[in-house]
Amino acid sequence: MSVIYLLIGISIPIAAGFLIAFLFASTDGQFDDDYTPSIRMLLEDPKPEQPNKTSTQPEA
Amino acid sequence: MTLPLPQEEQELVCYHCGEPCFGGVIFFDRKHFCCDGCKTVYQLLNSNGLCGYYQIDESKGISPKLAKSEDRFAYLDSQDVEIKILSFRNESECRVDFSLPMMHCSSCVWLLEHLYKLNAGIISARTDFQRKSLHVVYQSSHTTLRKIVELLSTIGYEPDLRFADLHEKTEKKLNRRRIYRLVVAGFCFGNIMLLSFPEYLSGGHPDHTMNRVFSYLNLLLSLPVLIYSGGEFFISAYQGLKAKFLNIDLPLSLSLAITFGRSLYEILSGTGAGYLDSMAGIIFFMLVGRYFQDRTHLRLQFDRDFKSFFPISVRIKKEETFSTVPLSELKKGHRIFIRSQELIPADALLIEGDARIDYSFVTGESKPEHIQKGKMIYAGGRQTSGQIEIEILKEVEQSYLTKLWNRKQEKSAQIPTDNMVHRLARHFTGFLLLLSIGSFLFWMPYDISRGIHALTTILIVACPCALLLSATFTHASVMSVLGKNGVFVKNAGILETIGKINTIVWDKTGTITSASQMPVTSHIDDIQLYPFILSVVSNSNHPFSRRITTLLEGSGVKRLEVNQYKETPGSGAEGLVSGVLVQVGNAAFTGLTSTIEGQTSKVYVSINHIPVGYYSFGNELREGIKENISWLTRDGYQHMLLSGDKSSGIEAVTGIFPSHTSMHFSQSPHDKQAKIEELKTQGFRVLMIGDGLNDAGALISSDAGIAVSDDINNFTPACDVIMEGRSFGKFRAVLHFIKHTRTIIIGSFILSLLYNVVGLGIAVQGQMSPFIAAILMPVSSVSIILFTTSVSRILASRLGLKV
Repeated sequence: MSVIYLLIGISIPIAAGFLIAFLFASTDGQFDDDYTPSIRMLLEDPKPEQPNKTSTQPEA
Repeated sequence: MTLPLPQEEQELVCYHCGEPCFGGVIFFDRKHFCCDGCKTVYQLLNSNGLCGYYQIDESKGISPKLAKSEDRFAYLDSQDVEIKILSFRNESECRVDFSLPMMHCSSCVWLLEHLYKLNAGIISARTDFQRKSLHVVYQSSHTTLRKIVELLSTIGYEPDLRFADLHEKTEKKLNRRRIYRLVVAGFCFGNIMLLSFPEYLSGGHPDHTMNRVFSYLNLLLSLPVLIYSGGEFFISAYQGLKAKFLNIDLPLSLSLAITFGRSLYEILSGTGAGYLDSMAGIIFFMLVGRYFQDRTHLRLQFDRDFKSFFPISVRIKKEETFSTVPLSELKKGHRIFIRSQELIPADALLIEGDARIDYSFVTGESKPEHIQKGKMIYAGGRQTSGQIEIEILKEVEQSYLTKLWNRKQEKSAQIPTDNMVHRLARHFTGFLLLLSIGSFLFWMPYDISRGIHALTTILIVACPCALLLSATFTHASVMSVLGKNGVFVKNAGILETIGKINTIVWDKTGTITSASQMPVTSHIDDIQLYPFILSVVSNSNHPFSRRITTLLEGSGVKRLEVNQYKETPGSGAEGLVSGVLVQVGNAAFTGLTSTIEGQTSKVYVSINHIPVGYYSFGNELREGIKENISWLTRDGYQHMLLSGDKSSGIEAVTGIFPSHTSMHFSQSPHDKQAKIEELKTQGFRVLMIGDGLNDAGALISSDAGIAVSDDINNFTPACDVIMEGRSFGKFRAVLHFIKHTRTIIIGSFILSLLYNVVGLGIAVQGQMSPFIAAILMPVSSVSIILFTTSVSRILASRLGLKV
């Protein structure tokens, strides 16, 4: 059963690593805004060839 | 006079803002626009390849408000002002946070984040949709703050400029610290539970050293929970003691300390595994509860002071030039300029110009007041026509309106309220202490260690955490239900206060009535005259004119060109439309000799001096207000009406209040506050419902103040509760729901008492095994959380609230 010492010795540092990672991410502001990124990822950058598609037909 | 109504153009909507084009259509780039402003935005976006804006969402752009003076952002060029607005700056880079109330859809996010395409100096722009804020990083060598603000205004997102909100940053930090505490507690709690498993299942592993190792690990893990996460409970308990007030954190800290002390003893002496798992559990659950309770409504501000309503800078006249200085440097004797639509920052004398001041902020009266030269203008009024020059009489802090704000600030430093939860907690703690000491004395003659065992176990098992948890989670879930229904509560303490009120004081304008929905009836039959009337009234800023304008535009009437437009304040407006003289105004102005009798306000119209009819205005009551008031009367609440209006407004409200209701008109903000205080000394528990700055004093003085607002992001005076205007129909349900919070807390408290009776029954005998204690603790916590949330939701849906 002494293998359990090894397991605990590994598992707690790993868990602590995740804890620290979370704390860092939080300090970095990653959880300050939990809504906008969900919009942002659905938006595309404007395509560069689009701008010159102005009026082909003057005022009617 | 044959003018066909423009029926066929009704379906024409502006490509940019999506509004119907009534005031003439501008055709550009094969698209229709309702005004030059919209066209300009489109051109700007199109030339920068940002037309994707229009494809993202159903929702449309914002029509920029035109006709504001060119240099109204000139003050942003001033170094003093700039420094106060920027959140960071060095030689090359500046950062600034704007609050953009107009942000409303994903297109806005897209456009604003592509701001760098419109101004090369902008490095990046990030939006925070929920806070409606925009964070801009720009190069000060390429662009200026003023240019960015002007750009934002041009595309329709005029920022709400305030001095850099230090407040918001500390709030963010506080928020994060709360999350850290919660996360650390959760991490340690989970690990302690895992390491305690052998203890639960078999009273310990046969391998004795292994048990000891686990115990020491638990001890190690419990330290951060106790010291870091649980620290705030100890601090708060200590502060309470210092102020000679037994607060709710005291029994909690006591039981945490005893649990830890006993566990420490057991582990170090090797006699047991301790109760560290329950200790970590208590802290974790308490923090979760408080997190949910505090998490609500980040974007709402309940404690605004007057500064957030005033301009951040003023233009002072110095000899013949003028300079821009921050508001805080405004001194008595300064001469300043106020432009149209600007607020008067301090009490002043009118020196020059046509002053028509809209005091709706201060008094609730929406008709602008014409001020003679040399007369006093009070802070908080809004200039509505042209530029005026005024001389400051009192400093900003000393002005009539601002004094109201300051007065109540002294009051807010009161001792914490003694509420039900606190009282229960105190009695319960007292009872527990008696019980535990009693059982200790009982066992002492026989077996002292058994006595100590009983003493500590009772305190551990039956600590008032169950009570604390039921209160915390009930409040959290009640507040979240209320939030979904457009009612935002400042803190949990106010819920109990609202539950106890017996008198409701109403403000009239803006609260019971809603100016934007003022009904107007047309008594002009010839529809061919409509374009003529519209053309004249659309030039006027008077509330009645604006209402007629929206009425006519709403039915598709088109504007015509107006010549020789003239507005006589207090009388009416006139102009030549296609050679026809159109006069809109009061009876004398339009040449009427006899007026039509009646209670309602009327605006008469004459064409070429021939009266053609009139418009009559009513006072629009908010939807559902009548029913709510009569229900509340039946429930036994007293009503009172305090209105800043003249008593002519009485007919609008007489029908809805019971006949014996006391109504007071022409009330100044101070009068309102005094009335509330008078009621309170008479022993009434008062709920004030108001909307404007004129109610600010009353809202603070009352036991609980509810501010009604049609746009919660825009304006609310300091208060305890912010309520959306459209939720007003549910007012009674909300009040009942809040009242029942108490019942829910007591219910869940009884449930937790049941657990405690079982636990105590065993503990008093000194025979509680750590296993049962450890199981009982989290089970009771979780079941109480489930109970409170589900019961409050069921109750809310029974009352017809959104869940």
